[in-house]
Amino acid sequence: MMRWTERPKIAFFSFTSCEGCQLMVLNCEEELEDLALRVDVVNFREAMDLKREDYKVAFIEGSITREEEVEKVKEIRQRAEVVITLGACSTTGGINALKNRLSVDYVTELVYGKNPPNMGLVENIPAMPVDRVIEVDYHLPGCPISKEEFLGFVKALTLGIPPRLPEYPVCNECKMEGNICVFETGRTCMGPVTRGGCRAVCVSFGAICWGCRGTFEYANIDAHRETLKNHGLSEEEITERFDLYNSFYIHGKGGCTKTTT
Amino acid sequence: MHKDHHIEIHEVTRVEGHGNIVVDVKNGAVKEVRLEIIESPRFFEALIKGRHYKEVPHIISRICGICSSSHTCASLKAVEDALGMKLSKRARLLRELTLCAETMQSHILHLYFLVLPDFMGTHSVLPILKDNPSLMEPGLRLKSLANQISTVLNGRPVHPIALFPGGTLHIPEKKELCKLKEHLEEATGLIRRAWETFCGFSTPEYEKVREFISLKPSSGYTMYDGTPFSSIDGPIEKENFASWLEEYVVAHSTAKHAKTPHGTYMVGALARLNNNYRRLKPLAKGLLKEAPFSVPCHIPFMNNLAQIIECMHLAEYAIELIDRLLSMGLEKEPLARPTRYGRGTGIVEAPRGILYHSYTINSDGTIEAANCIIPTAQNLRSIEDDLRGLVPELLPCSREEIVKGVEGLVRAYDPCISCSTHIMDVEFV
Repeated sequence: MMRWTERPKIAFFSFTSCEGCQLMVLNCEEELEDLALRVDVVNFREAMDLKREDYKVAFIEGSITREEEVEKVKEIRQRAEVVITLGACSTTGGINALKNRLSVDYVTELVYGKNPPNMGLVENIPAMPVDRVIEVDYHLPGCPISKEEFLGFVKALTLGIPPRLPEYPVCNECKMEGNICVFETGRTCMGPVTRGGCRAVCVSFGAICWGCRGTFEYANIDAHRETLKNHGLSEEEITERFDLYNSFYIHGKGGCTKTTT
Repeated sequence: MHKDHHIEIHEVTRVEGHGNIVVDVKNGAVKEVRLEIIESPRFFEALIKGRHYKEVPHIISRICGICSSSHTCASLKAVEDALGMKLSKRARLLRELTLCAETMQSHILHLYFLVLPDFMGTHSVLPILKDNPSLMEPGLRLKSLANQISTVLNGRPVHPIALFPGGTLHIPEKKELCKLKEHLEEATGLIRRAWETFCGFSTPEYEKVREFISLKPSSGYTMYDGTPFSSIDGPIEKENFASWLEEYVVAHSTAKHAKTPHGTYMVGALARLNNNYRRLKPLAKGLLKEAPFSVPCHIPFMNNLAQIIECMHLAEYAIELIDRLLSMGLEKEPLARPTRYGRGTGIVEAPRGILYHSYTINSDGTIEAANCIIPTAQNLRSIEDDLRGLVPELLPCSREEIVKGVEGLVRAYDPCISCSTHIMDVEFV
């Protein structure tokens, strides 16, 4: 882990995404001033004109879905001493990887028609998490990221402590929040296999855990599939529960030509 | 005067998403103007194709981090229309309040974080925060309040959790709403300060007459309800809205462009203000009276001030909504159930303008076809038209001034480029 002799220079980069995780960073209104004292933000296109290349820490938002993004992310790796993903898209491929269920040619034609005039711009490859293209030092999961977890990461970095993610399911935090288990309400949920750290905010606000933070290391996937089956879900429905945020791992780089439902 | 300029601004900063501006001037005449949209396409049709309707608003929300609540609401309305679900009054009020908060948050982010550095001559908001905290105070406090409303209602400011087909999954507590109301009452003073700050900056007086399109509610000025309304043609049936417009692919953009039978049109805060200004709440109406423009206003740079007038209106309206929720009571209620399946349309006003979703849903609840028209995509043609009109007026200025002018124009539109490329307007085969 890095020991800094000056405020670490930090850059934010955005690939294929909704930019909501960068927005969560900008949502740190109360902490912005303090943050500016701890780190030196040198590249953040959504918020500033400066585009300096002398960064030490790169936060990367978004999945990799174009050849030019592959090149650009490799350049970032060469320049940065620490690379951290920012959110589900860059960590697991996220929602973008749902397109990997279908072939690239099919999805492109679906949106832009046959041989569109902007073909050069819309050429794309299956969605990938950043760590499939370059080595990633740390992952910050979630759709969107948790503001508290982001601030914790930055604090750890500036102190030279490796940031760590919880290795337990969302269920642990869900119990601490005092929620009634989703399975007790006639619904099912991804909490038992999903990495904690979000304080089960979706269940606390009446929804289910959709699995946006990806699975934790020791998650028992087979047991959870069995649980979902016992709660009446079909094989196809079970796969849909898993692939919402984990399509890259389930469908790989895609290319399957399923065109009808 | 014979001037040549070739200006290429690669990845315009302080806008949401990735775009380049290209301006080519030969012998004092504008040869070429392009706003190149280079954002990666996301293919949302492919993402929601065959998925169950209960997942669809959740997935669709991920089109845009800034206006995720608007996308979620348009998606919910389309699903509920397709499935014949009748929404309770309480759930509708909560969604209206959600959209008030999102638009305030988005406008303030745009004005203070993206536009203000232009006026202050800084590269970002950070030096202003350090050197001029009192100037920034209204911006930070209003943004924080808007995010607080979203968090109380829907769990967080980005990607709302509690909005769900057929109703809402979470009802806030009385004391939470009372607290928000108190803050909103204070907020009107902060918005007044924002107004004074932004009225103090001068912008080009460039003006071009055009068509404005927004929702027009049967009464009031809301973000959630209404019929599409053209400043030239009047009301347009929501079912015919997509066919009345023409969307087309251009070579230099991953986002489609759009036009009406009359050509170029504008959507967003200025369009809503021009179409609905008579319905503004009193304090907002007061700001409009003081404004350095009259309505209908065809000066695109005035979109910035229109956003502040809207913030005032939405703060006043949000207080009313909270009063109505409090007098109605805050009981939990079951979600409405589907009564049919088929095609449905949902239209809301997102911060950047009218947002249209339309889905066809199968009997098993899965998505068969989808169509979505995004505000920024609708504005791209208008932005390019304005660049073509503005650049000749700027030619006597230095190159730096021209660059500042064209960037300022693009920023005044508050384009949400990552949204605009997430179009999905081709029917599945």
